[in-house]
Amino acid sequence: MFVPCERGGGSAGSDFKGFTLLMPAVSVGNVGQLAIDLVISTLGMTKVGYFYTDCLVPMVGNNPYATAEENSMELSINAEVYSLPSKKLVVLQIRSPFIKNKYRPFCQTLLSWVKSSKCARVVVLSSSHAYQRDDEQLLGTPLRYLLTPDLEKAVGGLMQDLNWKEMEKVASYPGINDTEKVLHIPGGGITKLLFTESCSKGIQMAVLLKFCSEGDNIPDAFALVNYLNEWLQLIKSEVNTSSQWKIPSSWRLLFGNGLPPALF
Amino acid sequence: MATFFGEVVVAPSRAGVDDEEEAREETPEDREIRRELEKKREIDILWTLKSGATTESCADEPFVCSKFIVAIGRNAAAFLSSFILDSVCWEVVGVVKLWNEWCRTSSTTNVLPTDSFCLFYRLISDPTVLLCQCSCYVAEDQQFQWLEKVFGCMRKEGLQVTILSTCPVADYKTQESTLTLPSPFLKALKTKEFKEQVCCPLLEQPNIVRDLPAA
Repeated sequence: MFVPCERGGGSAGSDFKGFTLLMPAVSVGNVGQLAIDLVISTLGMTKVGYFYTDCLVPMVGNNPYATAEENSMELSINAEVYSLPSKKLVVLQIRSPFIKNKYRPFCQTLLSWVKSSKCARVVVLSSSHAYQRDDEQLLGTPLRYLLTPDLEKAVGGLMQDLNWKEMEKVASYPGINDTEKVLHIPGGGITKLLFTESCSKGIQMAVLLKFCSEGDNIPDAFALVNYLNEWLQLIKSEVNTSSQWKIPSSWRLLFGNGLPPALF
Repeated sequence: MATFFGEVVVAPSRAGVDDEEEAREETPEDREIRRELEKKREIDILWTLKSGATTESCADEPFVCSKFIVAIGRNAAAFLSSFILDSVCWEVVGVVKLWNEWCRTSSTTNVLPTDSFCLFYRLISDPTVLLCQCSCYVAEDQQFQWLEKVFGCMRKEGLQVTILSTCPVADYKTQESTLTLPSPFLKALKTKEFKEQVCCPLLEQPNIVRDLPAA
């Protein structure tokens, strides 16, 4: 599945033992993916490889994080891996939706790659439909977290100190039987599947998600990446952290082209 | 989600994930239906050997290929028909048989320009030059299979691949409006291994390429 780039330093470039794997779930508003774009762009991460998979819709373009003419000509595809060894961080970016019926095989292959590359833990950035919140969730922070039991042992206390809110479980048959609670992440794509599989496989995984709706999701991406930063401290958090994340050049023209002058 | 008229609709999400899909457990009947559908959507490539006989697999001997030109879509296929292909210099060596909701191709090599087809041609004077005209739509779940089956038959050392395709100008993202843009225009994407001169400017972000050309 994982194909290393030759440039990525050979075997050193693809040695992720003990690293934190940061990845998005393709979810409502694409917030996880936008947040990952901010991380890769701000930290100037190097591409070390890609996933050769038949589970995602194919796409290709030139370098989305280009800053100048010289680095704008590198091809970029739908699932690529970037790394920053100084922070023991490896990031997977997913740029297209799943092909029908292929999301399960993708999750299986991804989690076995996580195990075989000996990543210490996985952090999934995701989102959930804001309109599905209950009355209590409408108040307070729209950000939530989840930890698998193995990661709970390691960092559960830190979440308490940060005053983070755990994602609430909902009744499986609301109105009929309120005692049986299940995890429900509407609009979260593969988030729930990845989380439940990681729980059963003993993988240390955290899910960070934001309640949001489709629209201009750039502010949601900033909120999610700042939330992540409270924990992982990827950049120095000062008063106005939003201005410290670098927007990639590919975010231009998200809402269409310029207008024809003849319109006026 | 409630709309202005008060009716409740399920908003389509850019994320493209169908929640219902994950909740439903697959029954044995569902599995059988899915398997039958998958079989129906399988791609078959029929190659014509030197002897004139058609064969489905080229597993014994992948053929040597120095240049592979692929034209995807009706416009690109028509370009090849008008300017490159002729019955004197090129011979048909393969055909792809596939079915999806948008089109069906057959195993005949005698096609009309208005048909949906996917044919492979070889330059008679240099049999390592291959050409593919693909005017049919290859669905997303078939693109990977197409790729593996076609490229699986050729030796990849020293291979140069050129992909010709078209996109609507309206899809092009640019600072000015596309109405004033002189069209048609050419843009290119190339791998870093491609060292030759490209005849047109490179495709700038945030523009991307999808479907079979991307695959």
